[in-house]
Amino acid sequence: MEMFVLSFTIFILALFVGVELINKVPPTLHTPLMSGTNAISGIVVVGAIISAGSAGVSPTVAAVLGFVAVTLASINIVAGFLVTDRMLNMFKRKV
Amino acid sequence: MFALINFSYLAAAVCFILGIKGMTRPSTAVRGNQIAAVGMLIAVVAALLHQQIVSYPTIIAGMLVGGTIGVWLAKRIAMTQMPELVASLNGIGGAASVTVAASTWLIALTADNLGTTGWAVAILVSIVIGSVTLAGSLVAVLKLHGSIGDSAKNRTWQLVALTTLVAVIVGGGLFVNGTGAQPLVLAALVGLCLLMGVALVQPIGGADMPVVVALLNAYSGLAGAATGFVLDNQGLIITGSLVGASGLILTAVMCKAMNRSLPNVLFGGVFGQAGSGSQARDEGD
Repeated sequence: MEMFVLSFTIFILALFVGVELINKVPPTLHTPLMSGTNAISGIVVVGAIISAGSAGVSPTVAAVLGFVAVTLASINIVAGFLVTDRMLNMFKRKV
Repeated sequence: MFALINFSYLAAAVCFILGIKGMTRPSTAVRGNQIAAVGMLIAVVAALLHQQIVSYPTIIAGMLVGGTIGVWLAKRIAMTQMPELVASLNGIGGAASVTVAASTWLIALTADNLGTTGWAVAILVSIVIGSVTLAGSLVAVLKLHGSIGDSAKNRTWQLVALTTLVAVIVGGGLFVNGTGAQPLVLAALVGLCLLMGVALVQPIGGADMPVVVALLNAYSGLAGAATGFVLDNQGLIITGSLVGASGLILTAVMCKAMNRSLPNVLFGGVFGQAGSGSQARDEGD
């Protein structure tokens, strides 16, 4: 229970940080920013790694799901950051 | 070890904050993206150090397969297809949350070690948001691609959305209170949430898809935060809520840039009112 209270505190505070981070964003940066934060939301890979790694002893379904989770999250991260970089570099050359 | 891992998560979160901050200005955007990528690397390495992890082959195989597909996608895609790719990556992220939650739950079920009610709620939230994100993003991709036109049966979709919502609430209640804690119930919940995701996005016009994708992006962040509650992992909670909140604000900013309000975008197609103009246009076409 104490753990939950702590986690919840962190959750709320981080929400405020997230809100404060984004203020005046020029429209050209909307898509790259979306793609960048999307890549960051691939952080769920941490959870995927933990569940895939500890699934060694458990049912096959859980192990398969763990593998799928790691794969999906990795796609999200790798493609996300690369694509954001590509988009931003295009802007740089243009402007 | 516990301290080291958690300090690494903190370092990763700081990188993400600096990265997002950098990405809001054109001059620092490229650097911001790189900082965020470094943060992700730190987080992955920290995750690999967890004590619970007993076998590495699955993890490494998954990362190799996923990484290769990711590189291939990012290199191959044409610049004009970017919005579709971002939307599909979003859906993939949602799917990852669902699979993590389902896998964690199955492991706990087999070990006969289902957590508290709060834990079950976190699993449920993770599953619901993740599946809605997945299905919603798929519809968004198809709409951006032009494969699905704007629907004329908005009322029907609204009804489907409401029905599935009620069903998910009932099923979720059973799931959380323990009577419905069975793999089949979980699978049914995932199916219902997928249907709900389709029904929520289908009535929205194709032109509004970027805003919808931004909103779904915020959802996938929140799904990550919910997964963090499932695993009691502060790194996930911080980053997930960070992405969730900044995604929501970004959605609002994008709406403003398009001179629309968010409720107007989301429900305009269904409830008529401000959306009736666009509906009338559709019928004229």
